[in-house]
Amino acid sequence: MKRAFPWHLIFFLAPAVLIYTLFSAYPLFDTLRLSLFTDSPDGVRQFHGLGNFFTLLGDDNWSGPFWNALWNNTKFFIIHMLVQNPIGLLLAALLSLKDLRGARAYRTLIFLPTLLSVVIIGFIWQLMLSPLWGVTEGFLDFFGLGFLFEAWLGRESSALITLALISVWQFVGIPMMLIYAALLSIPDDLIEAAHVDGASPWRIFWRIRVPLILPTLGLVTILTFVGNFNAFELIYAVKGALAGPNFSTDILGTFFYRTFFGYQSQIGSATMGATVATMMFLVILVGVMLYFFIVQRRLTRYQW
Amino acid sequence: MNGPSNRLSSKALVHFTLLGYTLIALFPIILVIINSFKSRRAIFTDPLALPGPDSFSLAGYAKVLEESNFLLFFGNSLLVTLVPLFLVMLFGAMAAWALSEYRFRGNRLLALFLAMGIMVPIRLGTVSILEIMVGLNLVNTHLALILVYTAQGLPLAILILTEFVGQVPEELKEAARCEGVSEYRLFFQIILPLIRPAVATVAIFTMVPIWNDLWFPLILAPGPSTQTIQLGVQQFIGQYATDWNSVLSALSLAVLPVLVLYAFLSQHLIRGLTSGAVK
Repeated sequence: MKRAFPWHLIFFLAPAVLIYTLFSAYPLFDTLRLSLFTDSPDGVRQFHGLGNFFTLLGDDNWSGPFWNALWNNTKFFIIHMLVQNPIGLLLAALLSLKDLRGARAYRTLIFLPTLLSVVIIGFIWQLMLSPLWGVTEGFLDFFGLGFLFEAWLGRESSALITLALISVWQFVGIPMMLIYAALLSIPDDLIEAAHVDGASPWRIFWRIRVPLILPTLGLVTILTFVGNFNAFELIYAVKGALAGPNFSTDILGTFFYRTFFGYQSQIGSATMGATVATMMFLVILVGVMLYFFIVQRRLTRYQW
Repeated sequence: MNGPSNRLSSKALVHFTLLGYTLIALFPIILVIINSFKSRRAIFTDPLALPGPDSFSLAGYAKVLEESNFLLFFGNSLLVTLVPLFLVMLFGAMAAWALSEYRFRGNRLLALFLAMGIMVPIRLGTVSILEIMVGLNLVNTHLALILVYTAQGLPLAILILTEFVGQVPEELKEAARCEGVSEYRLFFQIILPLIRPAVATVAIFTMVPIWNDLWFPLILAPGPSTQTIQLGVQQFIGQYATDWNSVLSALSLAVLPVLVLYAFLSQHLIRGLTSGAVK
């Protein structure tokens, strides 16, 4: 018996698969492919092997900015891990306390900045930190700390840290919500039992709740990693494509943008842009693989 | 150790911390909005005060609305957000249904292929996306953004919706099929209405990143007539950097739609975040 051709299958799957393949999956692979090509001055595209990668990592004009961007991006990520996620954990732990009044209002309001566009957040903080307006300076003065105020966004030593903290301020809602959800899903009996055994709340938190939400903490880490190594908007909105002062806030996203489109005297190059995108892809890939093969596997073993 | 006074003070400490953080989260936004309604002098002399009878001014808003195409940018943003949103929900639900309902060769592989887009940002394919759009003559059109955003939204939508479609009871589908209902009618008239709550959750997750995106408008549609609100604000502020009234008003106008939306949808969104999407 010959089965009828499954037209309905094609009907249901084709639109999503076609659009996704044409405008997401194919461009990604094509970009990886383009990183192996080069455009000659007369516009002819030819195979170049790993030439672009040798240029990016070996040529002094390229490797300096690349490693600078990668290192800045790493610092950007570390600051998120050290500040954003612990604050998120703290807020989630407090929100999940039993019989906490107003928990719903707190979490709704604290989550709000996460939804606003990074461009707008960047500008708002730029105004807040501007010495012209003096809001931050006045605020510090109130606590007798006015002498600490500097133009943090304008200095090479502090601009990147300041931008990272702005990003932390905006996105703290995401780890908070994910961890909060994980804490709520822990069965009450488990906590009760420990309580009856005489464990202090502090001990219950560190010995029972935190180990149980480790998979969520792993998820938060990988989401932070992918988000940070793909960041662009905040630096671009506040500091422009040149990621000043003196490239001290340059991260892979802004470096990619400049490489692709060019700036000032440098001419943009599609194939070098593709090379930078490929390096970003590799960085993200390594992070995701580490997550799947080490963190998640070990966590599932830990759970059983 | 756990006396009543101790418990009371630790409760106070919890509220103090949460309230303190809530203020930190909201203060910058509130500051910008209240100052956008003040005269230039009041913005600088007393930034923390609410606008009063002598400090109230709409000069900033007047300038933004007169000297930029804010309404056009709004319209553009709406268009390139709502159309992909509709397509992601429709095509996402259709694909989720097919993947979870029908057993066919390559089912698993296709699901994995579609899920790949969740971890790998579509931005990394920009070089090729731009070349495709140039080839299709779509640069500086809304269609370019619509296609890219639809592709971007599909993976997560399919992942979440597959979970929900799978929960539709077998008996319901069996009964419908026994009645001779076609697969198409089964999906559109029975399944789709059933998974509406999940679709609403997906809608919010899809919409926020699209509305807030700057990267693709900057690259695919930077022309004056196709600019989205993010790009419009970006350029307006660059141009009027020293005119604080206009800058604050422009920021407030750009924040407003999201605030209004959040006021209506916050419960939906948070329920989605704390239940369905986490699994």
